[in-house]
Amino acid sequence: MATVDDRLPPGEDPTLLHEEVHDPRRRDFINIAAVSFAGVGAVAIVLPLVNQMNPSADVLAQSTTEIDISKIEPGQAVKSSFRKQPLFVRNLTPAEIAEANKVPVNSLRDPQTLAERTKPGKENWLITLGVCTHLGCVPLGAGEGENKGPFGGYFCPCHGSAYDTAARIRQGPAPRNLEVPPYNFNSDTVVTVG
Amino acid sequence: MSFPWAKQYEPKQPLMRWLDEKLPVPRLVYNAVGAGYPVPRNLNYFWNFGVLAGAALGIQIITGIVLAMHYAANAGVAFGSVEGIMRDVNAGWFLRYAHANGASMFLLVVYIHIARGLYYGSYKAPREMVWLLGVTIFLLMMATAFMGYVLPWGQMSFWGAQVITGFFSAIPLVGETIRIWLLGGYAPDNAALNRFFSLHYLLPFVTAGVIILHIWALHIPGSNNPTGVDVKGEQDTVPFHPYYTAKDAVGLGVFMLIFALLIFFSPNLLGHPDNYIEANPLSTPAHIVPEWYFLPFYAILKSFTADFILPAKLWGVLAMFGSILLLFFLPWLDSSPVRSANYRPKYRAFLIVLLFDVLLLGYVGGAEANARNVVLGQIGSAYYFLHFLVILPLVAASERPRPLPNSITEAVLEKHAGTSPAKTALAN
Repeated sequence: MATVDDRLPPGEDPTLLHEEVHDPRRRDFINIAAVSFAGVGAVAIVLPLVNQMNPSADVLAQSTTEIDISKIEPGQAVKSSFRKQPLFVRNLTPAEIAEANKVPVNSLRDPQTLAERTKPGKENWLITLGVCTHLGCVPLGAGEGENKGPFGGYFCPCHGSAYDTAARIRQGPAPRNLEVPPYNFNSDTVVTVG
Repeated sequence: MSFPWAKQYEPKQPLMRWLDEKLPVPRLVYNAVGAGYPVPRNLNYFWNFGVLAGAALGIQIITGIVLAMHYAANAGVAFGSVEGIMRDVNAGWFLRYAHANGASMFLLVVYIHIARGLYYGSYKAPREMVWLLGVTIFLLMMATAFMGYVLPWGQMSFWGAQVITGFFSAIPLVGETIRIWLLGGYAPDNAALNRFFSLHYLLPFVTAGVIILHIWALHIPGSNNPTGVDVKGEQDTVPFHPYYTAKDAVGLGVFMLIFALLIFFSPNLLGHPDNYIEANPLSTPAHIVPEWYFLPFYAILKSFTADFILPAKLWGVLAMFGSILLLFFLPWLDSSPVRSANYRPKYRAFLIVLLFDVLLLGYVGGAEANARNVVLGQIGSAYYFLHFLVILPLVAASERPRPLPNSITEAVLEKHAGTSPAKTALAN
């Protein structure tokens, strides 16, 4: 590091030697500025390294699914797949709808009515992800003859979460109702999920 | 570092002298695990397990590198490539069974190593850093073991990945985003499998690096011993080589015998048959359980069934991670100046209860979640935290320890000759 004792090079202005002492000094300022910019650069490089972990374009491209629901009888359900996750499409019977509407909403862990979880005029079509909101197992109850649990909806065999006929959490460790993905009825028989 | 009476490395051969001047690697080895490292003379066989853990890591790295030559980390072919290793690759079955059971052997010896540290107070001053690095190694091992179990892409692999990454979705607000970021998708798939393979290959080398720090930190105060009494002089120690290289070799022989029994006679004893079914994202196996070495922690996770301020799921995840992170604070939770449980009658009794508690949690973790087992798990989990957070500090404050020997040598002579200088002095 240069010191004030340094010999003045020939031709230099001697007043430069009597520069005022600033705090921070010019040298410190340049040092801090340079290192800060290197830091900003390093952070900028970290961004793509972190972002590469997010779902890639081909994974996102699978984010809509069309389902033909014309063959599903009342009381029946089918398993489909949406974003590589299981999707349950269930045609509720009038009894199941009545049972779901009978429950006082305020008594629920995740209060929602059946109407809020279905489309207007299509209250018999319950479309949810088949992913338990506890730790992600596939609940039973969509397949023929599977255990529907104590509330007649779905039952997760991993840690015993039980869902009712509106796929709302009623018992066990799961915190939320089975998720309703965004979907639209293209016609009375075709649904686009996503 | 080390004691003043440690033997010095003095190469006789001109070539070794030349090497010692340019790159003193033989000197480093001599001082670390050779005659240049003085070790207490009274170590028992529980002091084998550090070396055994190192050997197990070596076996995992060697078999793992070879397996990676035949394995394909793509969700479409991963399961088939593992079956190919089992059926077609020459000696592939042996390598895979050695790697799978090697993981169990590694965790087994590490659990005994940790239990040794708890019993003999090896986590206490001046060895706190050794303990902190050890808990770090344990965490790295757990992450590595989990990601390795995902690679065969069987049903347990897939659903294990789903459940474990599901832990992160318990974090309020950002949890689901973190889970999707970790998986690179909405459910475990090709992206997750590939990154797990990459990290599964990387982490053992990170572990090896932390092990070097662990040994370095150990060699500053030197090894603890069954009395927990500090080394007082040269008469208390023997050189690591040949005394403990020989003793460790005996233990290594027993380790290899048990390892061979597992590989050759019961290679799937510790595995789960569902993992020989290819991953199916639309069907969860009826009974998901992790590998045996995670069962106590899984039991703690399962023990939270009701919301209390926070959701039950978040409590479970916090408690499970907390049960391990708690160990980082152990050197400061136990304020007793006496290290070895041999001289701490109350602590010893409670430590034995803790051992049975962890075994109970292990049982509950693997059992069906019925009403009885949930209650057992809740009692077991509560006791685990009670031991570390309440019992341990209280015992340390109130216990009256038994009289300590004046030195390691005195303890050894008392044990083997039936007398001791102190006793003789008292008799006179």
